[in-house]
Amino acid sequence: MKSHYELLVVGAGPAGLAASADAARLGIDVALVDEQKAPGGQIYRNASESADRAQVYLGKDYLRGKRLVDEFLQSRATYINNASVWYLDDRLETGILVDGASHFISADRLLLASGAQERPMPLPGWQLPGVMTAGAGQILLKSAAMVPTGRLVLAGGGPLLLLIAWQYLQAGVEIEAIIDTTPGAGLLATLPRLARALPALDYLLKGLSFILAIKKAGVPVYKAIDTLRAEGRESIESVSFSTVRGKRRVEVSIETDTLLLHQGVIANIRLPLAAGCEVEWDAQQQGWKVIRDIWGQSSANQVFVAGDCAGIVGARAGELQGRLGALEIAYQLHRIDLRQRNRAAQGIQKSLKRHLSIRPLLDALYAPSKAYQLPHDETLVCRCEEVYAGQIRQAIRMGCIGPNQVKAFTRCGMGPCQGCLCGSTVAALVADETGATMEQVGYFRVRPPFKPITLGELADT
Amino acid sequence: MFRLLEDSATDTVTVRIEDREYDVPAGISVAAAVLLCAVNKLRNTPVSGSPRLPYCMMGICFDCLVSIDGVPNRQACQVEVAQNMTIEYQQGAAELQQRE
Repeated sequence: MKSHYELLVVGAGPAGLAASADAARLGIDVALVDEQKAPGGQIYRNASESADRAQVYLGKDYLRGKRLVDEFLQSRATYINNASVWYLDDRLETGILVDGASHFISADRLLLASGAQERPMPLPGWQLPGVMTAGAGQILLKSAAMVPTGRLVLAGGGPLLLLIAWQYLQAGVEIEAIIDTTPGAGLLATLPRLARALPALDYLLKGLSFILAIKKAGVPVYKAIDTLRAEGRESIESVSFSTVRGKRRVEVSIETDTLLLHQGVIANIRLPLAAGCEVEWDAQQQGWKVIRDIWGQSSANQVFVAGDCAGIVGARAGELQGRLGALEIAYQLHRIDLRQRNRAAQGIQKSLKRHLSIRPLLDALYAPSKAYQLPHDETLVCRCEEVYAGQIRQAIRMGCIGPNQVKAFTRCGMGPCQGCLCGSTVAALVADETGATMEQVGYFRVRPPFKPITLGELADT
Repeated sequence: MFRLLEDSATDTVTVRIEDREYDVPAGISVAAAVLLCAVNKLRNTPVSGSPRLPYCMMGICFDCLVSIDGVPNRQACQVEVAQNMTIEYQQGAAELQQRE
């Protein structure tokens, strides 16, 4: 590891891998830092090792990850794994924590590809042992070939929830119930978007095949549930909700050992914010987006963004955005000329357009329900400091006008996760209570250290 | 809890969780090992003392904080199991320990 590279890429998911491999091929001195032990990010996690399993139950898309990982590993890019970015500033100085020691790396260009996280889904009892995210279930499947025992319930909505249901069924795991919490888009909203999504027919067919497989397996599916609760004493014992049966509203309770929650993914904008990138609220995705040009250049000097950390685009589009970023950086660093850049970008942009055409439909079909973004007063919002929605509302009514004030008054977002699991809920509550827009409300101020670091580790710098 | 999908003969390592020893597949995270061994918690929270187990498995939620080989507040989902590793529950807030 050197103390300076021409290009530093953060995140070894599809966007970071593609950007690094292409940049190296174009003669740029590039290093890729990533928190995991193996490249692939969350979507292609453990892709180089679990390729055999992929054929059986992970699905064909997962194999693409192995090709991408191989492309990266065979390139001249420097790979720094098991490395957490704990510091980042607008002068392109990056502090990473590897093996109990901190290092600083400077760069001429920074490309952030720090990916997405699952949208927090606060509901009563979501802190109980036995409740996890669907993404967590998938990570256990990909990285350790582990599946839940006992009665399994999946709840929420979105492509990932369908995918993991399909993967579990392929692997012979029984699913007790799927509780769909999405309000469901009306036909009027869906049809035009469906037409625009036709270039991405492969996505549509894939989604349809998941839905059919779930139907064929006879898994009970409850729709448009907005009152889901997890119940239990020391761990989850059941889920409860009300639903309409015939013309009557009935209470349903299902004994549960494992509940996996998912209501879509949101951009992990913490590093872009720390680097000084401007962001905007995307009402359609119900999430933040980093303002960027077609090459991924952000408003912050010399800082590029690619993939889901700049707004949700999916794995394939993220990969293509990474390649575009590498092209522009190679142009800026005089490795290729304008004509070479534009020629190489043509095919990539065309392909990117196709992969992005599915997004408006997905955003409409799987829009998250208000019920799990504006939870009832007695629902825990901040899992670290154990702050409930009622306390946050009270702080807002006392005059807190933004997330940072709520944090100061309630400790919400002050724990080790630094607001990753409560930030979006707090902002939504402030907007709802005050009538302000999300853009006016903003987000928690991001400050280093982004990851807990001991004084000993800091001293070893 | 969780089980292994394949009983392929992968290498195993022995870890100690509280007072018991377990053989778990090499290469998996401490958080995965804990779920495999069906222990009922990793820690009790500092604020209310309620039990917690891993939640996100990707390093963002910090619900899997645990003491590993005597070092408190480690993220179990980010640390790989190792032979003779000692994993101890974390009760409430971690305490400063004097180094010798």
